[in-house]
Amino acid sequence: MSPRPVRSRKISNPPIISGFKPYGNRKTIGDTGTVFLHIEEYEAIRLCDYNMLNHYQASEAMDISRPTLTRIYARARQKIAEALVLGKQIIIEGGKIYFDSDWFLCSSCGCYFNNPEKREEIKECPLCKSTNISNYDPEHDIPEESMLRCNDLCICTNCGYEQPHLFGCPCKEEICPKCHHNMIRKGTLNIRNL
Amino acid sequence: MKVAITSSGNSLESKMDQRFGRCGFFTIYDTETKGMEFIPNPNKEVQEGAGPASVQLVASRNVQKIISGEFGIKIKSLLDSLKIQMIVFKEPEKTIGDIINMLNK
Repeated sequence: MSPRPVRSRKISNPPIISGFKPYGNRKTIGDTGTVFLHIEEYEAIRLCDYNMLNHYQASEAMDISRPTLTRIYARARQKIAEALVLGKQIIIEGGKIYFDSDWFLCSSCGCYFNNPEKREEIKECPLCKSTNISNYDPEHDIPEESMLRCNDLCICTNCGYEQPHLFGCPCKEEICPKCHHNMIRKGTLNIRNL
Repeated sequence: MKVAITSSGNSLESKMDQRFGRCGFFTIYDTETKGMEFIPNPNKEVQEGAGPASVQLVASRNVQKIISGEFGIKIKSLLDSLKIQMIVFKEPEKTIGDIINMLNK
């Protein structure tokens, strides 16, 4: 039997730094190695030790079960202890996570907005002050492709092929369908009069 | 409270720009003093990273809300950590004046 899939952990905000470096090495033992602290483990430490929540409250905040939170928390402490004792570098990355993005939809003016101050409840639309708002899940309502188009173009740096730019898809990551070269935004590069 | 609106021109009649990072101008509107400022976007023509650079520009003006047609994928986590609210408004025909009237309602 295959195990149950890992439940995604909800993270309220990404950490403001991507890691820690040791300094003041007494013996010159050179590179001591690296500990990879998952973002979910960072979040468990933040909730339990910085915000002083108990494991049950922290598990609710991360949308996982209490035993799972305790396991993540134990792993986080183990990794941080290892880094402290052995003088290892800590890099915060990875983990099966998603960022808590509460989007709302205003039915009066048709705008979408999020709530960066999560402790405060949103009662009205920030644009038109209407109270006619509802939750909105961008995963379930995939926007039509016409909504994603704008007047900008992506252009191939090699052969000059142009295609309409789509919102949310960096031009650099687009591949030219003709010559499989990377593309850029049209009008941003001065070479060859593109 | 200060609000940033992406604009295609530098007057109240100009239409809202549907892009965030590569918009023509940022309109910084103060809802308390009713003051307004148009900042030309220096990141319009950069090859990449226009969004994060624009976030820096707007955040340096201490805005709390940004109104635009769309935000790129690099923007959300940045604005979340800066606690700036994003408002996605997909009405390309609305002018800056219209939006300011809505804010003042």
